[in-house]
Amino acid sequence: MSMMDWQTLAAQLFPQGHAVREAGNVLDGAAQVDGQTVAVIGTTGHTPIGVEIALAQARSVLRTVREHPGRPILILVDTQGQRLRRRDEMLGINSYMAHLGKCIDYARRSSHKVIGLVYDQALSGGFITSGLMADACYALPDATIRVMGLAAMARITKVPEARLAELAQSNPVFAPGAENYLAMGGIEAIWNGDLAASLAQALAQAGSTDRRAALGLERGGRRLAAPVAQAVAGDAGAAEA
Amino acid sequence: MKSYLEATARARIEAVFDGGSFREFMPPASRVISPHLAQLDAPVSFDDGVAVGAARLGGMKVFAAAQEGGFMGGAVGEVHGAKLVGMLRSAVQHRAEAVVLLLESGGVRLHEANAGLIAVSEVMRAVLDTRAAGIPVLALIGGSNGCFGGMGIVARCANVVIMSDEARLGMSGPEVIETASGVEDFDSQDRALVWRTTGGKHRTMMGDSATLVDDDAAAFRQAAIDAIAHCKAQPVQLTLAALEAEQQMLADRLERFGDADDALDIWTALGVPDAQQLPLLDATSFMRLAATHRAGGGQ
Repeated sequence: MSMMDWQTLAAQLFPQGHAVREAGNVLDGAAQVDGQTVAVIGTTGHTPIGVEIALAQARSVLRTVREHPGRPILILVDTQGQRLRRRDEMLGINSYMAHLGKCIDYARRSSHKVIGLVYDQALSGGFITSGLMADACYALPDATIRVMGLAAMARITKVPEARLAELAQSNPVFAPGAENYLAMGGIEAIWNGDLAASLAQALAQAGSTDRRAALGLERGGRRLAAPVAQAVAGDAGAAEA
Repeated sequence: MKSYLEATARARIEAVFDGGSFREFMPPASRVISPHLAQLDAPVSFDDGVAVGAARLGGMKVFAAAQEGGFMGGAVGEVHGAKLVGMLRSAVQHRAEAVVLLLESGGVRLHEANAGLIAVSEVMRAVLDTRAAGIPVLALIGGSNGCFGGMGIVARCANVVIMSDEARLGMSGPEVIETASGVEDFDSQDRALVWRTTGGKHRTMMGDSATLVDDDAAAFRQAAIDAIAHCKAQPVQLTLAALEAEQQMLADRLERFGDADDALDIWTALGVPDAQQLPLLDATSFMRLAATHRAGGGQ
């Protein structure tokens, strides 16, 4: 399956119909899934997430919570990451992104099931306050998920790019790609085949407990996160006793 | 006066919390190190760059973490992030009165990029779980590496941010922006520009930081004690009313300052009489000015 544009994706995800609109690379609207209405927010065109988009998405989430209590929310992710401009930093882009993350978190705690789907690209700051805030985040097989490109990573870590590329073959920690995030528990599952059925199933299964560290251990891609958190809790228990 | 900026994570813990009260969870003696650094021939640390534990603050039972800027800039890897998550969950389980995060971090540790990104996301959610349990979370920022990337987001998921004048808080560092958007957009060598864009005074004028303190561990300590009392006078957890107020505050900010070219323009628009002089004010004088001129905060 190759990358698809959002309209093709929407047609496959929502065979019962949808009213998702795109304006300035921001997706917003509602769709029918398995007989129920689902709110849809997202981005397209690999757009960077600046202060305006983060705020617009937060507004959509808050509107859904206010006007449609309990309505599930689907987040469609395609972004090259946070916008890298001095203006966004000056305006406090971290506050705008945190606000979006908090709105999604609040929706989850208010009985809205929240599902993320990386259908093209997901990078860094644009991902951490969208798909990674969902109850569970899924990906299409060809999705690219990463923190930054290997070339930039090589510059900052001072590790030669060739060495990083070699390591990326065997270690899910470095290489972009949905499979690696699956192994580490950051992605719940990769959707092959019938997208509408996958979405319906994801909505039925969604739960608000953060299982990602446990999944990372189970799948072998992130073996220390869960035991370390548990060991810290064990020390805390001993100190409290 | 003891500089917070120059202190190590553990020295900050000793100076901020009640003397000798800190009990560390998974201390360096546990020797749990990053599983990813060795293959890059990168140094490891027996605490993976963060100390977590329980302490007393003005007699209150708090849980705490301090990131060590001296180890990979306080960046978050798999183990580092899991220690933070474990501490936050324990704070809920053992009913801490507050969680105090001494943050200093460049964000995701690129040496373990994917694992670090998921880890920061887990920390975000654990912070919000802690707030949902009615336990306030404070972020203290005063280290030379600032608080950036995912940790800049985590800081703004806390109930309160407290910064020093020297501290910086943001998303992408100036070097990253200069590389991506050019020196004409952000000259990372222009220290004054970098400071006005992300520094403690600007963040406090904008309302992202509640309080500015001098670079003094005792000042951070007192501000944290005051902030806990302040938090307890209002809902600790996220509420729809608070999120709608934050939505409005951020929309107003964009409306008022979205076309500003420089923080100096913003301070002038906020009515600061002589914006050029703002950088010279000590924390007390600054907070007096901020009390009447700052933009609405989301805290």
